[in-house]
Order: sequence, then structure tokens, then C-alpha cells
Amino acid sequence: MTETLKPENPEQLLDAIKWAAHEGHSFAVRGQGTKQGFGRPVQAGHGLDLGALTGIMAYEPSELFMTAMTATPIAEIKAALRQNNQQMAFEPPDMSVLYGGEGGSIGGAIACNLAGPRRIQAGAARDHFLGFNAVSGRGEVFKSGGTVVKNVTGFDLSKLLAGSFGTLAVMSTITFKVLPAAESIRTVLALGLDDGQAMTAMSAALGSPNEVSAAAHLPAAAAARSGVSYVSGAGAAVTAIRVEGPGPSVEHRCRSLRELLKEFGETEELHSKNSNALWRKIGDVGAFVDGAQVWRLSVPPMDGAGVVAAILSTIDAQMFYDWGGGLVWLGVEASDGGAETVRAAVSAVGGHATLIRADDDVRSRVPVFEPQSGALKDLSARVKKGFDPEGVLNPGRIYEGV
Amino acid sequence: MKMPQPDADVIARRQQIIKAMQSIVRGEGVISDADELRAYDHDGLMAYKAQPLIVVLPETTNQVSAILKYCHDNNVKIVPRGAGTGLSGGALPLADGITLGLGKFKKILDIDFANRTAIVQPGVTNLAITEAVRHVGYYYAPDPSSQIACSIGGNIAENSGGVHSLKYGLTTNNVLGIELVLMSGDVVRIGGKHLDSGGYDLLGVATGSEGLLGVITEVTVRILRTPETARALLIGFPSNESGGECVAAIIGAGIIPGGMEMMDKPAIHATEEFTHAGYPLDVQALLIVELDGPEVEVDLLIEQVDALARQSGATYVRISESEEERQIFWSGRKNAFPAVGRISPDYLCMDGTIPRGRLADVLNKIGEFSEKYDLRVANVFHAGDGNLHPLILFDANQPGELKRAEDFGADILRYCVEVGGVLTGEHGVGIEKRDLMGVMFTEDDLKQQQRLKCAFDPDQLLNPGKVYPTLHRCAELGRMFVHEGKLPFPDIPRF
Repeated sequence: MTETLKPENPEQLLDAIKWAAHEGHSFAVRGQGTKQGFGRPVQAGHGLDLGALTGIMAYEPSELFMTAMTATPIAEIKAALRQNNQQMAFEPPDMSVLYGGEGGSIGGAIACNLAGPRRIQAGAARDHFLGFNAVSGRGEVFKSGGTVVKNVTGFDLSKLLAGSFGTLAVMSTITFKVLPAAESIRTVLALGLDDGQAMTAMSAALGSPNEVSAAAHLPAAAAARSGVSYVSGAGAAVTAIRVEGPGPSVEHRCRSLRELLKEFGETEELHSKNSNALWRKIGDVGAFVDGAQVWRLSVPPMDGAGVVAAILSTIDAQMFYDWGGGLVWLGVEASDGGAETVRAAVSAVGGHATLIRADDDVRSRVPVFEPQSGALKDLSARVKKGFDPEGVLNPGRIYEGV
Repeated sequence: MKMPQPDADVIARRQQIIKAMQSIVRGEGVISDADELRAYDHDGLMAYKAQPLIVVLPETTNQVSAILKYCHDNNVKIVPRGAGTGLSGGALPLADGITLGLGKFKKILDIDFANRTAIVQPGVTNLAITEAVRHVGYYYAPDPSSQIACSIGGNIAENSGGVHSLKYGLTTNNVLGIELVLMSGDVVRIGGKHLDSGGYDLLGVATGSEGLLGVITEVTVRILRTPETARALLIGFPSNESGGECVAAIIGAGIIPGGMEMMDKPAIHATEEFTHAGYPLDVQALLIVELDGPEVEVDLLIEQVDALARQSGATYVRISESEEERQIFWSGRKNAFPAVGRISPDYLCMDGTIPRGRLADVLNKIGEFSEKYDLRVANVFHAGDGNLHPLILFDANQPGELKRAEDFGADILRYCVEVGGVLTGEHGVGIEKRDLMGVMFTEDDLKQQQRLKCAFDPDQLLNPGKVYPTLHRCAELGRMFVHEGKLPFPDIPRF
């Protein structure tokens, strides 16, 4: 890598990409640089550092949206939202716990389509991403979306850029939806369930009218590492069910959930402070898995335990479940991450597996994202070409050649 | 409204195309008789009609794939059609194109309560999904007002909303997977019972793509547990301003109602006359606010909304005391379109979205336009998310009135964009708003959207003439602008 360009405004960003597109150069793109290990190692001639493109540009609490420059730290955004009792409902996790470093930007959260435990109720980053200004790999400025939620004017390019890992376009500004933060939060704990029982218990809770906003299962080993005394001291597996809302409603729903879950075993309850601490740890993942290789599996929720059992019959792994069983985190020591085993178990039930953390060497050899084939693979390649025909932006970060 | 010039060569090959289609879809699935074709000559945008080359009604994914492959190889255009209830002309036929009706894809394939999903074919109506899961206390959240007739495939094509989208999201937030047939005939499956996908979010862009990217042949949606209770408030205001203020105050207080709908005076009167819902007739604006959830929460929020309404100057507040009464509150709003249809020979339904804070301003502006064009207007809208549905009343039999109504509508939409909103919130661009796309987007914005189209359908055979005002050839869109000589190394801080 010869040089890193650090544009100070959207005009300079355009100049940089235009230059690269027309002179045959390529960029490894970074915002705050906290998720460089997410995706395949990028082979690019230069760096494009967006770190100077920061700042909140518009925030209207009663309109439920915010517009910020792409590299604005999530911490700064959260602080502004807190002053108005609002939040990003998709609960972007702090990936620096997994990757080291600290922080993370709004652009990074959107580009990686992050989502925390509330994904099952409120959606992922994609569902809260309303619009953007960007420069395509062709070196052209374009925008899509707006500041309002209800908008079907033209193709929904926001969806496409969310989770595109900077391979299609570089966003300069981002508009996203913000929502009121809940007045109260509590967590019901069911103790000592095995993985299969936990899937059933979480399904019962999520299928009840109690508006559950998160459901996770920590097998005993994971529970012990939670750092929340009620959970780590349980000496058993802990299944956690979160409810949020106005105080009296939360109390009512907790009672109702404990009644519902008592057939599964003993229950407990966490109030605000412990609830917040527990769910932050669950979203940030790092406390529970410390293998050199970390996988994230998205599967049908009721298949979570079966997928894990199939994997554990072949390789050793630390693991826990979020999203009612539909999200499985695995920490693996095997040098290839046990890729074949993991992918076979996932494809048996339908879903996708992502190698979230591994050495550069492993991530060059093992497909990081679920491999595509046939018409879908060709279609993805054509989409990339439509935005970045010369392969200027983050070449190879998602798939080889894309 | 100008549509692309029909291809005479394709029309000349009509008999040959009919034969080819009959070999793929046997029996009555190929419609070529002029009288029978008439049933397909328009969708919910009644002002425009056109006869399709033929209509084909396949029943299986394999048939859809074979039809598209044939059309791809023989340069024949396709217009996908669901239930034909779309309001922007997205299913308007082409004289040189096959209208591909998905009405025979009627099966509910799988209901999985433990995973909270349903897999259905695209021709299943929106309401039929809820009906199939209601007995266990579940429902499918997006509820466009045409839900009794509109199909889930069409909902995905248009990214339909409804009165509950403020709290429960649009179609795009409630669809987990699709099977999509590309124009080449290739079948791809995206998503499923799990969340998100490994690569680019092609499900996300297919949703709301108005039949331009592919034909949907199977759908996986998430289903939700029905809230324990729901109650509604009917709130009357002496002015649009105080109504708008109340909407902002509710959101500002951190309350996201299940639904928050507003009507102006002409809409109130038309619906009251039609449905006898008991709406107050001496108010300028009427708000329906619905709260749902556990009883204790609903009671608490009802009290808060009641107080906020009075602070905003409400002169009338009625709170539903029974499920029956709640339904009556809604009966007027849900019948607003037919009610307005009774007081005018024809109406145009607009669909802009604006920032909530500009509600009163935009309503007043619409009043000015109404005088300018000398046409009446009734306003109903999803106030919670700023989605307006001005209904412009006119008489198509009076020379020039349709044109005047359309110009009136275009002025409203331009103003929506001017105040920071968008051209369409849930009805789609179709042909209706196609020529206004330039109000919101630059030429480069539109070209980039069309490059996505090219990735899916390089020969532009799927629903051409819709959404985008100018058809560029994909080869032209793909070309990079070549500079004379080299660009200098940009003057940017570097390390």
C-alpha cells in the first residue's frame, strides 16, 4: 500500500475516487477502522481514510431521524440521542470488543449491517437506514432515500449499501431512523435449561403477546463469563428474555413471562442496571467467545440447537445463542475455523455462516461470507460491476473478484 | 403519459408467441381473446388503460422460468401483475408485452408458529395470511387498505405500508425471503426463515422494485403475535395546525402508537355520510390514535394521549370502550376512498410523504392549489409517518378535468419534495409519478438506479416504461466517461 488519502469533505472524497477509477487504482476503505478484520483481507493499492468526515448534520427528535457524516463515532451519536431519550433501535454492537481497538462509526455500522439483540423485534441496521449521499466506484455522486420512513420512490438502494462492506460506493452522509428509548427494561431469566429446551422456551416467550425485545441462551460455560453476578453465579445455563416499555407494562409482562416459563424450571428477574449490562455483553459478543476463530451463524431459530449439536460432534467450540436461537456465536480453535463442518451444518437447515474473526491468512483461504453459486453469484458480480466496474472499492472484501 | 413505442416486430409475431406460451402453460392459462383481455387493461390507477399483447397465467415456478426464458431469447417484454390493485399503474399493460398474472399462485405452503414464519405463494392475498394464522393469535403486520384483495407478491413489488406501519414497519421489514425468477429464466432464492443474508441484500432491493427486477414466485414472511388489547381515541381539532401539533406532541413524548391517522373536514364529512361512524362534523381535522399492547400499557398511554390532545387544543375526544367501538372508529377511515368515490365521479389518490412537522403547512398549501385548479380535495393520511393521501375530486367526462387534476397532484408532490419529503410513500412510482422522478433525483441518481436494473435485466424486458422517465440502454449506462489525458493526483491530505 503506497499511500492513504484522507478527504476532508465530500468534494475531496469525489476527487479521490474519480482519480482512482480513471487511473486504475484501488482503495481499502476505512471509517474509524474498528472492523478491519471483518471480511476478506482487501488487496488494494491505496488506503481511503474517511476519519475526517465526522459530525452530526441534522437531528430532529420529533421527526425521528438523524443525518450524520459517515465516520461520526457511534458514541457521539448515542450521546446526542440520550439527551432526548432516544436511541438507535437496532442496537449496534460494539465490535471493538471482538476486534480490539475502540469505538466504531455510523458508516461502519451501516456498511456491515450490524444489529444487536433487538434485531428480532426492531430489525437490523438495514431497517433503520433511510437515505444517503455517496460516491460510486465509478467516481459519481449519487443519493437515494430521504429523511422519512415511508418512501418507495425508486429502488431502495439503502438496502443494497447496508451490508455491502464498502464494495459498491463510499457514503459521505447517512440518514437513519431514531426511536424513543424505553422508560423501563427488565430481563426474565430461566435457569438450567439445556439448549433444546431453551429454544422451545424462547419460542414460547417470543410467541406470547409480551412484546419480547430480546431472547438469548447462555449455556453454563458462557453464563459463567457474563460478568453479571446473577447470571454468572447461577452455576447453570441461563436463558434471558428482555422486555422494555413503560414501567407498569414491563412489570406486567415480566410476571406473565415468569408464569409462562415456570414449566421449564426456576426463573429470576433482572432490573434495569443488570439488564443493560447483560445485553450489552451479549450484543458485543467478545466476553463469551475467545477462540482464534469466531463464527456468526444465522439460522431458523428452532434449528439453533440442532446446528450446534451437529458442529460440536466434530469440533470443539465455545458458543451461545441470541435472536431466540436464530443467531449462534461460535469460538473455534481449529486452524481453518472448522469451515466445512460449520457450513455443512448451516446449509442442512438453511441460513448463512460468517467467519467474523480470524487471522488474515485464514480469511484469505476460507470464504468469510456464505459462498454463492450459479445465478445468484453471477447476479452479485453484475451488481458490483454496476456500481464499481473497475474494482476500485474494497476489492475482494466480500467475495473474491467482487 | 407517453409509453415507449410498441415494437411492431413483436406484435407481428403474436401468433407465434401465443403458440409458444400454450406449449408452456396448457389449458386456459393463455388469454388472447380481445374481450377477455379487457379485464386486464388497467390496474388500480383507473385513468389509464391499454390492451396487452396477451395474458399468461402460469401456476408453477418452472412455468414462470420457461416463459421468461422464452421472452428473453425472443425479445418479448413482460409486465408482472398480482391482483391488479396497484394505484400507480405499475401493471399497466404494454401492447407489445405479455402481462404475466400471478393470480394462480394461491397456496399457503407452510405455517411455522415456532419460528414465527409463513411461506406462501405470491398470489395469496395480504389478508389471507392473517386469516390463516389468526386462530392461534398471530397476524401479518402490514395492512394496506386494499388488504382484502391485494396479493403479497404485489405488496413486495410495491413495498406496501398500511395504517400500522409506524410501529410494525413496511413490507420490507416483514419479509424474510423470496424465490425470484430473473428475466433470463434463472431462479434464485434469497433469505428464508433465518434473518439477513450473506451477500448483498438483494431481497431488500427486490422489495419495492415495482416488477422491474424479477418475478416473485414464493414468499417467506414473519408473523407476529396479536397484541393483547387495542384501544383508540377519536380526537377532533378546530384547525389543521392544532392537529399537526398533537401528532408531533405524541411522538415527542416518546409514544409510538400502533396507528395514527388524520382526516380533514371534507374527508370527515364524506366518510360520515357513508359509514355513520359517529365522527364529529364541527371540527376541521380528526385524528384516530390507536394504542396496542398489554391492557395496563394501553390504559396508561390512552391517558397520556388524551392529555396531549387537550394541550394541543382538541375540542373533541372520544375513547373506545369496547372492541366494537374501536372498529366503528376505524370504519370511517377504512372506507374513506369509497366514501369519497360517492361524492365525485372520479378521484385521483396522491401519496407523498412529508416531515410530520410540516403537516399543517402542506395541508394549507393543498387548499391553495385546490382554489388555483378549481377542484375539490379531501385529505386522509397516515399522520404518524407523514404519508399523505390527498384525494383530488374531478369528473373525467368534463374535457380537461383529468389533466387539471393531474397537474394539481403534481404540484402537491413537488411541494412534498420541496419541504423535505418524497414523491411516494407506499403506492409506488409506476407510470403515475414517473415523469416527476427528476424533481427528487438528479440524472446521476437515476442512472445509478438503472444500473442496478441492468444487473438484473440487461435487455430491459421487465416492465419497461415504468418508474424511470428515460430508458437508457445498459451498454450506454455501463460506459465510463473517459477523460482527456490523466487526472492529476487529487489534492487531498495523504499519509
